[in-house]
Amino acid sequence: MDDPLVIAGKPYSSRLLVGTGKYRDFAQTREAIEASGAQIVTVAIRRVNIGQNANEPSLLEVLPPSRFTILPNTAGCYTAQDAVRTLRLARELLDGHVLVKLEVLGDAETLFPNMPETIAAAKTLVAEGFQVMVYCSDDPIMARMLEDIGCVAVMPLASLIGSGMGILNPWNLQIIRDRAKVPVLVDAGIGTASDAAVAMELGCDAVLMNTAIAGARDPVRMAKAMKLAVAAGREAWLAGRMPRKPYQAQASSPAEGLIGRKP
Amino acid sequence: MDIRLTINGSERRFVPPVTVRTLVGEMGMDGKRIAIERNGEIVPRSRYDETTLADGDRLEVVVAVGGG
Repeated sequence: MDDPLVIAGKPYSSRLLVGTGKYRDFAQTREAIEASGAQIVTVAIRRVNIGQNANEPSLLEVLPPSRFTILPNTAGCYTAQDAVRTLRLARELLDGHVLVKLEVLGDAETLFPNMPETIAAAKTLVAEGFQVMVYCSDDPIMARMLEDIGCVAVMPLASLIGSGMGILNPWNLQIIRDRAKVPVLVDAGIGTASDAAVAMELGCDAVLMNTAIAGARDPVRMAKAMKLAVAAGREAWLAGRMPRKPYQAQASSPAEGLIGRKP
Repeated sequence: MDIRLTINGSERRFVPPVTVRTLVGEMGMDGKRIAIERNGEIVPRSRYDETTLADGDRLEVVVAVGGG
């Protein structure tokens, strides 16, 4: 595999991770995820509606764990305790699967992470053998603490979850990227393809998104756009962009041989 | 006498004995990919038959749903 994304020792060819929420139906979920090329897909863990819809297909029948790496999340958890309980249930649900997405929210309006609770949960989960990919603020010190605890990837926000506001602080992401020894994924806030490309051009290892695809007018087409953008951004990062020269224009065409001039 | 179980926050009454396996059947969740927590502890799938529920038990029964 050329240029794989390696998380917890396992290689993935796609650097786009996608959520499975907010789609019209399971058919659209599946089609969009196929178009995105994503191998890792996030799911939420919720109470069963007892006695209802027992014969309807479930999400994991549409997205079988044999085909996709399922990344259970702790969306909606506001305490370390709830997040840990949720992921213990997820591990049982997924036959001992330990790769998880930890997020502990601090505020219902902004969905900003509660970092003290996130750190507490990460410590417990790592001690219990989970491989923790962690949603976090774009604070380089927090990212380092999470890495030191043993998280297998840090996932700072680009902007608020579901806001589509793009990358508000590229410099912080770059500082986190430059210092981290684990993969850095931009999680939350991507709005359109150029945002995903910029994240990759900053040197981030991958991008995780849900609403940018599910909330597009044509989600399946946007899923394809995101696949291309992430791949293009990664290629640009690997290629190494030209230096910025704000005050120095430089023609690409030769200055010699222009017609109507003396040789 | 009936026992009271709180399942996903709602109280229900059952005629004992009730194992986790019985409960899964009654909920129509046989063969579905679910996970169960009893009084804060995971009940592994391999122990559904032998886990007998007691009056006042609190259970959480979960599935995977779409999410980001």
